[in-house]
Amino acid sequence: MKESQERKVDFRTTVDGPVIKKMYTPEDLAGVVLDTSLAGEYPFTRHIRSNGFRGRLWTMRLYSGFATVEETNKRYKYLYQQGNTGFSVAFHLPTQEGYDSDHPLARGEVGKCGVAVDSLQDMEELWDGIPLAEASTSMTINATAPIILAMYVAAAEKQGIDKSKLRGTVQNDVLKEYIARNTYIFGPEPSMRLITDLCSYCAQYMPEWNSISISGYHMREAGATAIQEVAFTLANGIAYVKAMIEKGMAVDSFAPRFSFFFASYTNVLEEVAKFRAARRVWAKIMKDRFNAKNPNSMMLRYHVQTDGFTLTEQQPLNNIIRVTLQALAAVLGGCQSLHTNSFDEALALPSEEAVQVALRTQQIIAHESGVADTVDPVGGSYFVEWLTNHIEQGVLDYIKKVDDMGGALVAINRGYIQKEIMRSSYDYQKAVDSGEQVMVGVNKFTSDEKSSMKLLEIDESVEKRQVEKLKKLKRDRDNSKTKQALAEVRRVAKSQENIMPVLIDAVKTYATVGEISDALRDVFGEYREPTII
Amino acid sequence: MQSKKIRVLIAKPGLDGHDRGAKVVAQGLRDAGMEVIYLGLRLTPEQIAEAAIQEDADVVGLSCLSGAHLTLFPRTIKLVKEKTDKDILFIGGGIIPERDVARLKEAGVDQTFGPGTPLPEISKFIVAKAGSKK
Repeated sequence: MKESQERKVDFRTTVDGPVIKKMYTPEDLAGVVLDTSLAGEYPFTRHIRSNGFRGRLWTMRLYSGFATVEETNKRYKYLYQQGNTGFSVAFHLPTQEGYDSDHPLARGEVGKCGVAVDSLQDMEELWDGIPLAEASTSMTINATAPIILAMYVAAAEKQGIDKSKLRGTVQNDVLKEYIARNTYIFGPEPSMRLITDLCSYCAQYMPEWNSISISGYHMREAGATAIQEVAFTLANGIAYVKAMIEKGMAVDSFAPRFSFFFASYTNVLEEVAKFRAARRVWAKIMKDRFNAKNPNSMMLRYHVQTDGFTLTEQQPLNNIIRVTLQALAAVLGGCQSLHTNSFDEALALPSEEAVQVALRTQQIIAHESGVADTVDPVGGSYFVEWLTNHIEQGVLDYIKKVDDMGGALVAINRGYIQKEIMRSSYDYQKAVDSGEQVMVGVNKFTSDEKSSMKLLEIDESVEKRQVEKLKKLKRDRDNSKTKQALAEVRRVAKSQENIMPVLIDAVKTYATVGEISDALRDVFGEYREPTII
Repeated sequence: MQSKKIRVLIAKPGLDGHDRGAKVVAQGLRDAGMEVIYLGLRLTPEQIAEAAIQEDADVVGLSCLSGAHLTLFPRTIKLVKEKTDKDILFIGGGIIPERDVARLKEAGVDQTFGPGTPLPEISKFIVAKAGSKK
């Protein structure tokens, strides 16, 4: 029978992705050494655990935080009752960028895209009634990660829990902030020092804590392709491992607590192949380049968030389907924890109803779809294996380019990584505008209906309340102690000593995020973004 | 026929770091033949207003995805208007709920463009409006 004419000239995963053939056969895998490793075996292509999700499911971890600690504490307790097994804290931007809620740059931002945390008092109240001994807490915090971790340790201590028992993650990845997310404060050099101080401290005193979450998610959000996302993330990972070794740490003493964070897009099989390729490449880097001996140092453990950029303001219910496909890809790819976005997030911060649908999506995949019942169920598909190899090669090519330049820090300073991502994001937008890249409800199957969903609104009084609270704190605390502690922060910042102990002392005097950041700014100065566009 | 290129200043007020939209729009408008100044991020309304005057902008584009638009957009526009009588076109982008659009328009935002807006829609709007204002 004659074949019908094909719908497109080229079938691609995305505009800058590879051209996909009609069908894949064993011939597409010829010429490369077949990776027949099992799950739980080096290079962990199929899964880091030998039984995949048959033992423990991934952690269902919804990122949330808004308004003040009172509102967020209520949301956490609600999520906990709904079966959310890990917390993930969204801090408002002033906390992330080292400003107190009463700073002029904080105007309009207080409690908006995260919870306002100015001092240890806020941190204590955030976890009111939630036993930190049982919690696994991920905190999206980078430039101020050492300060926020210090507050978490101090808050746990007040609950009677020693830091060695705490489980969780701080993002603590500033390199990607220069590339995409932009919540940096200090320049690359002092940032690397603070990052590695935190990692060394955790390696010594907090064995259950993931000291860094090296993130590709935000690069993907900024427009990177799947290959770029993995390549630049692992290139940053290499820079961090090197910096730790230069600090005198043995690779197996810290690498098992290095974790990663990726996005998941709607092209399901490309994402699955991406996760498989990423595991394989990282394992080889750790073994061959850094001579790691402990298998845990070679395992790429990662969190996934479904991709925010693909959510549309038009016909927002369609986003539930997008999130489902993206979450399915994350699970098929073998993630360790997963955040599913809410369908209303192209319009506002998520409402409680939308958050519940997002969590239920994961629960349906876990308990109804059957995809979690056998390890790496799509492994062995000619197409998936070919695409895994293709992505691996693309990643290796980029890593070599970055290596040749002198590593990720140099590539970032030159704007190379930023330019590569910007080119991809512009290509994508042009493909959407031309209709080549279909976005349902946006450039195809459009309708004029306006949605009438109930959206979350952050009360205007939040900023006022938070600023009042901060004023009261500064009035009531022992200010001579705070002043002394801040002087100590400055002294240690100038020295080679690890910064963590003095930060823990400082937060205990209720020195604020803004005050401590200012003390560090005095010593380190501030980073200014070079104009790349 | 336009004798002079339309000058567009694009900036991100506040602390939000999501700059994909702002950068793509900047590139798109440049490719559409406009003179685009991309001012960058983490800026105060004061800094943006100052730059708008210095650059003699015909259009000021503000982008914010953190939810602070109701504070930052009106304040920037007010500061610009205090400094000049020039009829500048103000456009805004980001995560802006429908309920806020009317309030932004009242404060002087000529148009908002949400996620998923095709680039030609923005450039056509600017040419139609700023072209006539020049």
